[in-house]
Amino acid sequence: MPFIPHTEQDVQEMLDTIGVSSIEDLFDEIPPQLRAGELTQVPEALSEMDMMRRMRERAAQDEGALCFIGAGAYEHHIPAAVWDVTTRGEFMTAYTPYQAEASQGTLQLVYEYQSMMASLMAMDVSNASLYDGASGLAEAALMAVRANRKSKSRKILVPGSVHPSYRSALNVIVEAQNIEIVEVEWNPSTGTTLIDNLASFEGEDFTAIVIAQPNFFGQLEDVDALTDWAHAQKMLVVGLVNPMAMAVLEAPGNWGEKGADIVVGDGQPLGVPMASGGPYYGFMCCTSAIVRQMPGRIIGRTVDLDGKPGYALTLQAREQHIRRSKATSNICTNQGLAVTASTIYMSLLGPDGLATTSGHCYQNTQKLIALLTSIDGVDKAFSGHNFHECAIKVPAKASLVLEKLAEREVLGGFDLGVNYSDLEDVILVCVTETKTDTDLDVYKLALADVLNEINS
Amino acid sequence: MSQIPADLKYVDTHEWLRIDADGTVTIGITDHAQSLLGDVVYVEHPEVDTEIETGEEAGVVESVKAASDIYMPIAGTILEVNELLEDAPETVNSDPYHDGWFFKIKPSNPEELEQLLDADAYREKCEAED
Amino acid sequence: MLIFEQSRSGRKAFAQSPSVAADLSGLPESFIRKEKPGLPEVSELQAIRHYTNLSRKNFSIDTQFYPLGSCTMKYNPRGALAAAILPGMLNRHPLAPESHSQGFLACLHDLQEMLKDVTGMKGVSLTPMAGAQGEFAGVAMIRAYHDARDDDGRTEILVPSAAHGTNPATAVMCGFKVREVPVGSDGDVDVETLKTLVGPQTAGIMLTNPSTCGVFERRIEEIASIIHDVGGLLYYDGANLNAILGKVKPGDMGFDVMHMNLHKTFATPHGGGGPGSGPVAVNERLLPYLPTPIVGKDGSDDAPTYRWLTDKDIPETIGNLSAFMGNAGILVRAYVYATLLGREGMHRVGEYATLNANYMAKKLEKEGFQLAYPDRRATHEFIITLSKLTKEHGVNAMDVAKRLLDYNQHAPTTYFPLLVPECHLIEPTETESKEAMDEYIAAMVSILKEAESDAEMVRGAPYTQPVKRLDDVKAARELDLAWKG
Repeated sequence: MPFIPHTEQDVQEMLDTIGVSSIEDLFDEIPPQLRAGELTQVPEALSEMDMMRRMRERAAQDEGALCFIGAGAYEHHIPAAVWDVTTRGEFMTAYTPYQAEASQGTLQLVYEYQSMMASLMAMDVSNASLYDGASGLAEAALMAVRANRKSKSRKILVPGSVHPSYRSALNVIVEAQNIEIVEVEWNPSTGTTLIDNLASFEGEDFTAIVIAQPNFFGQLEDVDALTDWAHAQKMLVVGLVNPMAMAVLEAPGNWGEKGADIVVGDGQPLGVPMASGGPYYGFMCCTSAIVRQMPGRIIGRTVDLDGKPGYALTLQAREQHIRRSKATSNICTNQGLAVTASTIYMSLLGPDGLATTSGHCYQNTQKLIALLTSIDGVDKAFSGHNFHECAIKVPAKASLVLEKLAEREVLGGFDLGVNYSDLEDVILVCVTETKTDTDLDVYKLALADVLNEINS
Repeated sequence: MSQIPADLKYVDTHEWLRIDADGTVTIGITDHAQSLLGDVVYVEHPEVDTEIETGEEAGVVESVKAASDIYMPIAGTILEVNELLEDAPETVNSDPYHDGWFFKIKPSNPEELEQLLDADAYREKCEAED
Repeated sequence: MLIFEQSRSGRKAFAQSPSVAADLSGLPESFIRKEKPGLPEVSELQAIRHYTNLSRKNFSIDTQFYPLGSCTMKYNPRGALAAAILPGMLNRHPLAPESHSQGFLACLHDLQEMLKDVTGMKGVSLTPMAGAQGEFAGVAMIRAYHDARDDDGRTEILVPSAAHGTNPATAVMCGFKVREVPVGSDGDVDVETLKTLVGPQTAGIMLTNPSTCGVFERRIEEIASIIHDVGGLLYYDGANLNAILGKVKPGDMGFDVMHMNLHKTFATPHGGGGPGSGPVAVNERLLPYLPTPIVGKDGSDDAPTYRWLTDKDIPETIGNLSAFMGNAGILVRAYVYATLLGREGMHRVGEYATLNANYMAKKLEKEGFQLAYPDRRATHEFIITLSKLTKEHGVNAMDVAKRLLDYNQHAPTTYFPLLVPECHLIEPTETESKEAMDEYIAAMVSILKEAESDAEMVRGAPYTQPVKRLDDVKAARELDLAWKG
């Protein structure tokens, strides 16, 4: 009973107050046949010391390789201060700020987060966050259907160059609500969605289109042309972006003539560790015209009885605890702790620091592309421009190459053949600001070595 | 006791209707309804020119802690919505029967007007609820 | 003061980003951002001081008693954090090959096995990222089950009137109509009415047990038969699992599918509103539909190897709900918590949570507070109603909640469940000491006296917090959601 403070005397006094003779008596309303027996699959307790020994051993098993995988989770430098402050008990062990007066710390921080995120995306407003990028995309699709009252089709265009796991989560979450996801083909030489790919949809009623920048292949889409095309077709535009890239690339609010209507993505690159996939957070921004259709918590600035500025949950009438079956979503939480880290991260990096970091991701990726494509038979899979990921074609099965690279402690990227049968010899490689020239050389030498071994 | 003007018609979901000489019907929510909701912060209107059936949702009225659907008391086509409420939703609280109207419709079946409650019947309804 | 108000052009935390600008000459101008984002320009110390000071404007478990009903605000062991942020855990890429993932996968597999045991279920998927997503997964599985049997007339999900708002919202997200079941004056579901509501249209029912009224649903087995007899399934909302952890298994009560809130029952931090974690557990008949990925184990117990099970292994799965493995780091924390508790500790959770709640309920009753269900045993939480105070002195449940803050006590859940007027839902959890609860009770007694002598003062509370009561109406009418400079 490691965390129960009761002494025997406490227990006795409490039982006396209640007027029963044992704790067991407190369960007398539960039918006896329902009482659980022994928990056979739960082992005996470990002390913290023994637990840490086991965990250190397990953690060490997974450590040590040089990581060039991206595909939705990115290794960036996280300033020491970020999680030092984030894990203060006052942030980490508070709950949803229902009592605003006793939660001004969290509330003001989230207001600052909303301000930073809206500005980074060049959008009017941001919510307090959703679970992750993939489920965020699903929430964006549901929101688009509510917000685009001119469209009756409940059909959404999603390019095949959007992250495959995002597309499948999107399908799982929206299909029961009769929303149809229509896949758009991408151009096999550019790895992007061209207006040509969209021509056949012209004149048909679609609620929205998803535009990813960069897309899953790391390629840069012609977002201005795509946005203007969609708006001309009376669709809403859902931008799906990497927030780190937005310090260098044009933000969705400025795409085309009118900008995106809804923007989502995963906030992980901004100060959140990879940690096997979570907790991350999904960010969501939109134009003020459709803010009331936005799901999730939203914090507003207001004043108290004395006229002093303060922060509170607002627009709560959209949410499940009031609207119940008519809520915008069943979501109750945001990913508060990850958002706390990102807010501190963005404050420490600032506009220039974030732009420099983002720029180095791009620059290092260009360096690695040059190194790898100098190997015989290795080439870029697509023409055009990319940000910090690149699809690299190798003269062997990607799965085999990656396996052999891993034996050499290089996690060389993501096997695109898993999701795209035409790309079984293509590896999606990612380089961030964390990699040195030496790291890049290690990858090149390892790849050359692996290809030699395979071909010999 | 809340106000229930004698010259209006009512439905038991707390909407009122004013029937103009040209057949146009103006619709809003009653004084009783606004007092139950508390401070109104937002009103969502239906789209002009759409035809909505009796009993279907035609909008939403929100206060800080509640949200309530506006139901179409009789079938009709939306002619005009009260844009004043977009910037001044509090008008629903301060003047529910005049400046706080929601929308105007052209009834699809004018005979439905026969089935509405008059002020006395609506008052009885409210008292029974309390 | 906002961080933006401390910003000065050209100021920077120089140690945190590369010192030289990158070469972007390869990127066409048309792709490049024209205007800088409006992020603050502050020094490292300014940022740290600002956010450290903000943290001090929060109540939290680490600083106050936090008896928020239905939220299980128990102690979050620091050891769980220490283990989850070991470099090998923190730096592992979610798509790292299984050869470089055995340590992490072992933790997840162990957790799956323990959760199966405490729930009495046959299969567990850890991926849902919060309780509400677990609910979604669970109801989606119910839908998949009926669909697989071509039983397509099942359009309704039953939900008690006292249920959490997420239940009806989830049912609608899964394409069902919601039908409310009334709750009787003793807090139990009205079984006689339930019988009249079920039929071939019934896809299932969503229940919490103990219910949101803070009492154990005594006729649960009968309810299970009623639902099963018409071909429906039972969903267990694990929000209140802490009450019965180690004492009763949802699988034994007849539930087919459930979610757990690890941020409640397994003591992972609430983080100011998340991340949560909402694994789902199912019995035999829903196993084929579990959301992916799941961790599988091959080989012997002495030399096990772990691997991901995906839609190739579970072809009828409802699919994936996140990009990767849900809130993986939270799962690691929950695993550590379970390890520290062990079998014996797990049995004690429900016992001491129940002891604490019954103690507080009885003591408050003796001090003149009215219990909503005085004839019932409290579970891990209980409800008091302050409607007498409201009638006599014009002091309502919210006023008392706000005044508690002045006594350095976090307020309980207020105005939920909706069917008890002017209510406080109080959940002390097993990790609170008798002294902490006595202090809270003393504060309540004192506020009662204040309400009698100076109601106006109580209505104006709180007085000791960074702000007084906030203007919610202004916040909603004049939306200010982002700093515009």
